[in-house]
Amino acid sequence: MASIVNQNAYSSALPNFRNLGILLRILLIVNLAAFAAAAVKSVPLRGIWNELLEISALVEPLLILSLIALMALNGVLNRLPYYLGILAVIALELLLTALLYAAGRPLIAMDSPLGRYWLLVSIVTGMLLVYFDLRGRALSPALSEARLQALQARIRPHFLFNSINAVLSLIRQDPKRAEVALEDMSDLFRVLMADNRELTPLAREVELCRQYLDLEQLRLGERLKLDWHIDKMPHDALVPPLVLQPLLENAVYHGIEPRSEPGVISINIYAARGQVHAVLRNPYRHEGSHHAGNKMALGNIRERLQLHFDAEATLVTKVADDTYQVHIVMPYMKGREP
Amino acid sequence: MSERPLRVVIVDDEAPARNRLRDLLADCAQAVPLDVVGEADHGRSALELLSSRAADVVLLDIRMPEMDGIETAQHLQKLEHPPAVIFTTAYDAYAIRAFEVHAVDYLLKPIRTARLREALSRVRSAKPLGPGVLRELQPRARAFLSAQERGKVHLIPIGDVVYLKAELKYVTARTAQREYLIEEPLAKLDHEYAERFVRVHRNCLVARDAVRGFERLEGEGNEGQWVVLLEGCDEKIEVSRRQQHIVREFAK
Repeated sequence: MASIVNQNAYSSALPNFRNLGILLRILLIVNLAAFAAAAVKSVPLRGIWNELLEISALVEPLLILSLIALMALNGVLNRLPYYLGILAVIALELLLTALLYAAGRPLIAMDSPLGRYWLLVSIVTGMLLVYFDLRGRALSPALSEARLQALQARIRPHFLFNSINAVLSLIRQDPKRAEVALEDMSDLFRVLMADNRELTPLAREVELCRQYLDLEQLRLGERLKLDWHIDKMPHDALVPPLVLQPLLENAVYHGIEPRSEPGVISINIYAARGQVHAVLRNPYRHEGSHHAGNKMALGNIRERLQLHFDAEATLVTKVADDTYQVHIVMPYMKGREP
Repeated sequence: MSERPLRVVIVDDEAPARNRLRDLLADCAQAVPLDVVGEADHGRSALELLSSRAADVVLLDIRMPEMDGIETAQHLQKLEHPPAVIFTTAYDAYAIRAFEVHAVDYLLKPIRTARLREALSRVRSAKPLGPGVLRELQPRARAFLSAQERGKVHLIPIGDVVYLKAELKYVTARTAQREYLIEEPLAKLDHEYAERFVRVHRNCLVARDAVRGFERLEGEGNEGQWVVLLEGCDEKIEVSRRQQHIVREFAK
């Protein structure tokens, strides 16, 4: 059960051929290409209109047929993996060209062999597909910005209410501890509710994790054992906020709470070869049936890592010997000393 | 008529939550005379405690290790004098919806004294939870079966059960060690544990994990009768003619 962050933050996809904007772009670009071809072909520039007319007689039927076919097949094409989609579109264009070639030959003068038309059609189709891909890439950061905000980690209501309950239980017996617990809670929620699009120093994130775990310790007592290895932690490394805390929340929820005997969560953070590694381990029992929530938090962090670091960050999960491990690797970006 | 104080048991896996309930119960004691007669940190220990000590009401947390509150409540019903159950939970969307539907009493953490007092004062007049309601509240299969023996409730981890066989009035649950009599219909168990057990005969379910192999009986009268060989149990279980297809399924 291992998975790695996708290579690209933006995954290539065919455009939606039923989108009016896409259709207009195809029409415009193909006609511009035809115009350019006419301009190249006619030696005295005055002959350009005749040339254009001749080219259009070939191009326009193919263009219209292609658009209709692409609109009709849009659903099928978009369900295919990207490279298959590309191949399918090119194959479709070649097929239509061949059909028009066969049908149009008696009507219009077509003096070149089919192969030449195929070549031209392939070039134009290829260029259009590259254009749409680049356009998709260019637009995606705007989407990511919006996604980043939506992705901000959310805390489990279960944790909130149980913690409040734990603090309430302390108020009578140990008011001092109750005070500290409430302070920790307010720090935690301040971060949770903040605008978390900017990177934050690793030391700050670790501090937050400590505050969170202190609260959990309050509830779980002896059942929660912690094993910190952060002597070699790069304090100044910049990381996405709440990149570790939700993982610890998972570790507590899935690894500690379902057991009555004590369990150890180990946290190991270090820098190596220009990268920051964070390895979290918790006990794991196979029968656990809370997988959905777990995947959600992991998916969320994975996506935020991608949006911040693209292919340079990875998040790998592994189950071995009754232990569940999450290993995050991020580029070591130095920030100000906190 | 002066009633004896309400005997209360607190069941929660978190010590602070138990402390808080104890504080709150002390606050209620004025209005509703009560005694906290015991505390347990999960369902199994609660059942043990309640097998030896009678109680009128159990405050039962839902999310606990080993055995959750709803399953615990089901096993509690097998006690000779099952206590009333008030569920407590910090957050559990599924259970809360189900409680509302079936008008089961529950308390949301953090619990308020007034709410607790109200729930306690209703306990004596409340009708006991039916097994049907509790079963409906249970989204997953139970982790244990329970058998009643001399007024005590025995818990049998479902993973230990080799086969379940319907006899005249009971279902026999066989583990590697011994047999237990379960007062539940086989059809219901078949439904609840469809993934874990496979039906080999009209009256018998065997644990898939315990199947060691199949054997064809030779000799007169048997005519190629298949039997299941099981892990940790010498008995051979007949495979009925109608279920013979499972022999092939296992062979795959």
